[in-house]
Amino acid sequence: MRNENNIWYNIDWTTIILYLLLMLIGWINIYAAVYDESHQSIFDFTQRYGKQLIWIVSALFLATVILLIDSSFYTTFAYVIYGIVILMLIGVLFTASEVKGAKSWFSIGGFALQPSEFSKFATALALAKYLGNRSSQRMITFKDQVISAAIIALPALFILLQNDTGSTLVYTAFILVLYREGISGNILLLGFLTVIVFIVTLLFGPFSIGVMTVFLAIAFVTLTYHGLKEFFIAESAAGVLLWIASYFNLPQKYLFFTALALVMIYFFVHLFNNKLNYRKEKRWVAFIVMTVLLFITSIDYVFYNVLKDHQRTRISVLLGEEDKIKSQIKDLQMRLDTLPTTDANYTYYKQTLAEQKQSLKDLQKGALWNVKQSLIAIGSGGFSGKGFLKGTQTKFNFVPEQSTDFIFCTVGEEWGFIGTFIVIILYVMLFLRLIFLAERQRSTFSRIYGYSVASILFFHFFINIGMTIGLAPVIGIPLPFISYGGSSLWAFTILLFIFIKLDSERLFVLR
Amino acid sequence: MKHLEDRKYIIGAIFVVFALIFIIRLFYIQILSDEYAIFSEDNVVREETVYPPRGLIYDRKNKLLVYNEASYDLMVVPKQVKSIDTNAFCALLDITKDDFIERMNKAKEYSFYKPSIFEKEISAIEFASIQEKLFAYDGFFIQTRTLRKYSDSIAAHVLGYIGEVTPKTLEKDSFYTMGDYIGKSGLELQYEKLLRGKKGKRYVLVDVHNRIKGKYKNGEKDISPQAGKNLQITLDADLQKYAEKLMRKKLGSVVAIEPKTGEILTMVSSPGYNPNLLIGRAIKKNYPKLAKDSLHPLFNRAIMSLYPPGSIFKLVQSAIALQEGVITPNTGFACNKSLVGCHNHPYARNVREAVKMSCNPYYYQVFKRLIQRGENKNIFIDSRIGLAKWHDAVLKFGLGHKLGIDIPGEKSGFIPDVAFYDRWYGEKRWAFSTIYSLSIGQGEIGVVPVQMANLAVIMANRGYYYTPHFIKQIEQLDTIPQKYTFKHSTGVDAQNFEYIIEGMEAVVNEAGGTARRAKIDSITVCGKTGTAQNPHGEDHSVFIAFAPKENPQIAVAVFVENSGFGGTWAAPIASLIIEKYLTGKISNPQKEKRILEADLIPKSEHAQRK
Ligand SMILES: [Zn+2]
Repeated sequence: MRNENNIWYNIDWTTIILYLLLMLIGWINIYAAVYDESHQSIFDFTQRYGKQLIWIVSALFLATVILLIDSSFYTTFAYVIYGIVILMLIGVLFTASEVKGAKSWFSIGGFALQPSEFSKFATALALAKYLGNRSSQRMITFKDQVISAAIIALPALFILLQNDTGSTLVYTAFILVLYREGISGNILLLGFLTVIVFIVTLLFGPFSIGVMTVFLAIAFVTLTYHGLKEFFIAESAAGVLLWIASYFNLPQKYLFFTALALVMIYFFVHLFNNKLNYRKEKRWVAFIVMTVLLFITSIDYVFYNVLKDHQRTRISVLLGEEDKIKSQIKDLQMRLDTLPTTDANYTYYKQTLAEQKQSLKDLQKGALWNVKQSLIAIGSGGFSGKGFLKGTQTKFNFVPEQSTDFIFCTVGEEWGFIGTFIVIILYVMLFLRLIFLAERQRSTFSRIYGYSVASILFFHFFINIGMTIGLAPVIGIPLPFISYGGSSLWAFTILLFIFIKLDSERLFVLR
Repeated sequence: MKHLEDRKYIIGAIFVVFALIFIIRLFYIQILSDEYAIFSEDNVVREETVYPPRGLIYDRKNKLLVYNEASYDLMVVPKQVKSIDTNAFCALLDITKDDFIERMNKAKEYSFYKPSIFEKEISAIEFASIQEKLFAYDGFFIQTRTLRKYSDSIAAHVLGYIGEVTPKTLEKDSFYTMGDYIGKSGLELQYEKLLRGKKGKRYVLVDVHNRIKGKYKNGEKDISPQAGKNLQITLDADLQKYAEKLMRKKLGSVVAIEPKTGEILTMVSSPGYNPNLLIGRAIKKNYPKLAKDSLHPLFNRAIMSLYPPGSIFKLVQSAIALQEGVITPNTGFACNKSLVGCHNHPYARNVREAVKMSCNPYYYQVFKRLIQRGENKNIFIDSRIGLAKWHDAVLKFGLGHKLGIDIPGEKSGFIPDVAFYDRWYGEKRWAFSTIYSLSIGQGEIGVVPVQMANLAVIMANRGYYYTPHFIKQIEQLDTIPQKYTFKHSTGVDAQNFEYIIEGMEAVVNEAGGTARRAKIDSITVCGKTGTAQNPHGEDHSVFIAFAPKENPQIAVAVFVENSGFGGTWAAPIASLIIEKYLTGKISNPQKEKRILEADLIPKSEHAQRK
């Protein structure tokens, strides 16, 4: 019981060091992203790096305050905090003005605050409180599932109403927490598959999902009912089939889809057969290995087969959409050229053409352009980067939102693979550390909260970096601790330090 | 799973797997693939070509003949063109919307990423107003270029012109890019490699709005252009201008050469054209007009037109005959008009008088002696032997083959040989009597005007010549091409020429000479008239001459189409050119006035032009 009043007692320095490193990396790269020769002082508070310095200092202050507060405060007032945040989320709908199409900011005397950032830790607290008090630690009842879902969905709904889709999606991260607390692995799998299918469709087109689903289904079925040997035989057979299908042209591909449908049927028949419970560990290990393999092969497939013809347009094709619209425009133009102006359809075509042209313009200005430039920025960094303040993509404003959502581009361009590798490793270390800390908690509340922190941070990490390297859709959410912005930095700091505080007092808390 | 706690491994594994996917992906785009680096450079580095100034051309007295003037091209990089106010842009350039679309399509066809020309040669005034507003139009920028200008608008055929490089040349020569200018004819083409210099490169950094932000890598990759080499040519601009003036309203050509060096002082082909019509933007409009003109102004008659030389060929016959010893300087022949037609004149007692009076039967006899030498009893075989020897001797006079003059397009002329007649009549089916019209420069013989002038050079030099040429000096080089300093000998002794030159002097200066109109009081002009038969109309008139008789400074050939007898028009024109060159003035304004006023273009041609 000694040093009980020392706030630094028993806190996890590993996490704090990782936190500080990420903030430092963030600040350096924000400096580079907004750097221009006329404002060189690092204390120039009219510039974003100057402001970020203020945010960092105040975040550290906030962290200290959180560590000062007794951890019982959070358990006691979890629902209250949740309630306040919900009220703020409702309030912002009525009072906020739109920023970039989203109504999510409170403006208090020139000071902008984004309640949706703070609702993450509030939701985590409420969920931890609710599930922490549940009767059985071994499972979640149906009632628990419904109420948990409601706790998560309520803030998500209000954030969706604010038109902030990105922040809404963050709440899907809680599936991981629920999974840890006992919901069926199939729900996680389903969620996981949904995400993968979603991304793969977006990136590589529908054919790739077909390929992917077949492989996943085979993996699932063979590992559940048979053994590793059958798994490898079936996958190889499917691989050969795929090779044959892609070697020949379209009609053969339909054959392949027929095979796919048969496998799917087999898969579903067995999914509702309740005898799936054996060799689960093996199943999961193989499943993960397969996923990685498939991701890599599908990326190679796209880069070496679909896109090899014209290097210059490779990136444009990446999302497919641009070419699709272009060919439609060409088609419409041709029709218009051959059609007399008196034709009944003439105005219709003309109108459609104008619409398509507009959407192409939007596309090029919007997500596609951003992803293109972002990929160029990161890809041109090479192994060791172009050097601090030497990124041309960054310096000449080719990358949009480069100090906030696309800050990872600056890392990639100026620090190269070394920089991106270090950042990813730091995050992974943080996530694994958080899991480790969560698992050593005596109280369910703290464990659930800990997993919530890890899951939320992971989701941001996954979407943000995935987006900048073309592996995830463009969803504007910040990279934790690195992206510029006061609200997000504060919110992430609160989220993390509540857990650090809970962890430091884990020995005094009973279940 | 037995213990929910074990699920931490799965969650941990998910984190690790996604991180691994990211790292693999990053490894691919950052290390394995280099395309992003290229894209990144494409984004910010713009390569600008720095054009070297094309070499200037000076005349023999260092008067500037060809120079460069600044002009501005509006360039476009289609990829960088964002939505712009097309109407305002078109108004700025004074073009229609259709023009705009067409030009953009053309540019896109060439390249999406490389700049191509949108509007050429904007004047300095237009440039100022466009430059001011250009910042609003992404993807457009101004490139400064130069226009070729020709002072005094003379010597179009000699200087040539430059024009846009053709796709064919683009394929063959990587030096050029679309829109570059290249010499198309004349000296501009001949000395293209010297004149064009070496293009430079400048790399600039541009930001997302295409604004120049500075030099790429501090300009260390920039390559400064190397100016084209200046040339001094042998042309005498004043003489050229004067000769062109004299040849106005006449068809034909004038070539004047400095005998001692082979330097061409003047080369006129009439009608000519104003070389400033074929510069820059105007070329598209003017070239087709000139090309369609029935009088063929683009055609350089001086090196491309073949004519029978007529009587001037008698000089060659005399020299060869004397050298071969088939006649002596004092051999005389009667004017037997039954052999070949002649005008009325006294009996030619020797070579001198034969030249002076240009007696046709005389040369009939001379040529007969050259061809039928009695070396074989069969006259057919004998003629073959004779013709072969004669052919070799004639070729040494710079006839029947290209001289190697330094502007493209020269024709070789034609001197018939044994093979030719064998083909024409059949082996052993021709003899002297078949080919005797060669004796007076008629028949199957073709000579281009520059060869006629070269013949005058040979006379002036008493037996040798240098290949006629224009190049006098190349900047930073001490020498001109070797072939222009090589002395060609005719193989005829100098002494033999003296007899002929006596005759040439008499042609101009003695009563009974055929070119009395060429006489200049202060200078001894030696010359020879000729009349080339023209089956299509009035005969062509030709006169070759050199002066002064001792230590000659100029040799000239004047050819006037459809003007009848050589003494009437060609001779006075030649004399005026000689006098102008040697004295700088004209002693007989009457003579000059007569020439300037004469319109010798056939009526039918005039009619056809309208
Ligand atoms: Zn006679």
